[in-house]
Amino acid sequence: MGVGITVEHLNAFYGKTQALFDINITVLANHATALIGPSGCGKSTFIRCLNRMHETIPEARVEGEVRIGDLSVYNGTSATQLRRRVGMVFQKANPFPTMSIYDNVAAGLKLNGFRNRKQLDEVVHKSLHASALWDEVKDSLHKKSGASLSGGQQQRLCIARALAVQPEVLLMDEPCSALDPISTGKIEELIFQLKEQYTIVIVTHNMQQAARVAEFTGFFLLGKMIEFDKTEKIFTNPSDKRTEDYVTGRFG
Amino acid sequence: MGPRTSIPQASIPPISLRRRVTDHVMTGISVLTVLLVLVPLFAIFAYLVYKGIGSINIAFLTQTPKPVGEPGGGMANAIVGSMVILGIASLLGVPLGIGAGIFLSEYGRNRYGDIVRFVSDVLNGVPSIVIGIVAYGLVVMRQKHFSALAGGVALAIMMIPTIARTTEQMLLLVPQAIREAAYGIGVSRWRTTLSITLRTATSGVITGVMLAFARVAGETAPLLFTAFGNQYWNWKTDQPTAALSLQIFTYAISPFDEWHRQAWAGALVLIVLIVAAVAAVRIAVRHGTLAGA
Repeated sequence: MGVGITVEHLNAFYGKTQALFDINITVLANHATALIGPSGCGKSTFIRCLNRMHETIPEARVEGEVRIGDLSVYNGTSATQLRRRVGMVFQKANPFPTMSIYDNVAAGLKLNGFRNRKQLDEVVHKSLHASALWDEVKDSLHKKSGASLSGGQQQRLCIARALAVQPEVLLMDEPCSALDPISTGKIEELIFQLKEQYTIVIVTHNMQQAARVAEFTGFFLLGKMIEFDKTEKIFTNPSDKRTEDYVTGRFG
Repeated sequence: MGPRTSIPQASIPPISLRRRVTDHVMTGISVLTVLLVLVPLFAIFAYLVYKGIGSINIAFLTQTPKPVGEPGGGMANAIVGSMVILGIASLLGVPLGIGAGIFLSEYGRNRYGDIVRFVSDVLNGVPSIVIGIVAYGLVVMRQKHFSALAGGVALAIMMIPTIARTTEQMLLLVPQAIREAAYGIGVSRWRTTLSITLRTATSGVITGVMLAFARVAGETAPLLFTAFGNQYWNWKTDQPTAALSLQIFTYAISPFDEWHRQAWAGALVLIVLIVAAVAAVRIAVRHGTLAGA
């Protein structure tokens, strides 16, 4: 089951440059939350703070409090442990090129010492089903490299890989930005189903996508969270003038 | 210049004669440079076959050298000795070189890395005979006698900088996104480096290892006062050991025609062995690679 996310007074920096300013947000469990805003406004930085991916960049640092369920992300939890509970799907599909489709999905378990062949088979099967890729790859699980799939398939493979470690939260950083409308449709449909089991936070440039998949939407601008509310409200009756300008396309 | 149509801004002029000639000339030059690189290689190989094939027979491949004046004999002990010395060199040099490459690429994007990079490049330029002297000081002086181990250490030292720098370059080519994918599913950093980054770069890293291996396989100078050479069979790694390159050197500077012929044969065997080793590794790697990877 998914868990909620609480963020309090979050500030993020790249060296001396501050990228996020005092972000406060509560994400509900088993819902999809979309983050919108112009390029460079800090959406990606924000979700990379939720699974401590931000700190893999040299000189990047974070202040403030993030809780995933009851787990305090920045106090005493190892980043590796945390990331098993908070999965991530990236903007550009990044399957492991030297691994088969099967090994890509099983990687998170295998590389952490999980060896039970039968259970691995089951997890791979379930994860590929959940990401709606099973029928397309079931005959070449061991024969083909993950990199040999099409772009949309690769992205669904990456979703399966993230699901295989059974996370509670799934972070998606513009997962459809490199995909055609048909693949995008498949992934949106998937997000819809995944919500039942996972808490989803999705960064998107596509406002229609936010409106289609998310119950809640946050609007970022210049490193600040301008408004966070029900998606419907953000798109029909936003409280802030800047949000209104952005969603009506009057911006920039 | 060719004719132009009446709407200049929308038309693409036909390719001029000058550009077509340039195209052909440049293509010709690239073909020529390829030939310039390949011709010496094939010439050397053909000449080796021509000079050496006549002296290769069962005895050459199975017997030890005969004393001066006696005909026959072979370089079997040197063939095995070379393999032992190169095995020791690879056992020491490959892990150390790859380890240093991993440090440089994954942890050495700072001042410490710069120091290692600089030292490694300097080491790469040290004359091989000097490295032989170092191994003499490190191993031979302590053991009090020449040995295959000392020869292996000398060659390993020569392999390290090449392997380290190519490994570093190959790992840097692996996109950051691949590392992030592994972090994102809760794989620790060291595990990511070994099982994801290094694995993704495998074919490039192996190219580096093969380059280093082939380069040291023919080295003679660093073995002169480390492995030393041996006219007899020796299976112990702490005893003076024959090596093909040493045997070729000894025979080539001797005044005897029979030894000259055997030197040519030894050189041919050495080249064939290097090519076979490199090819075997390549085939093994390709065998383990998936479709579309």
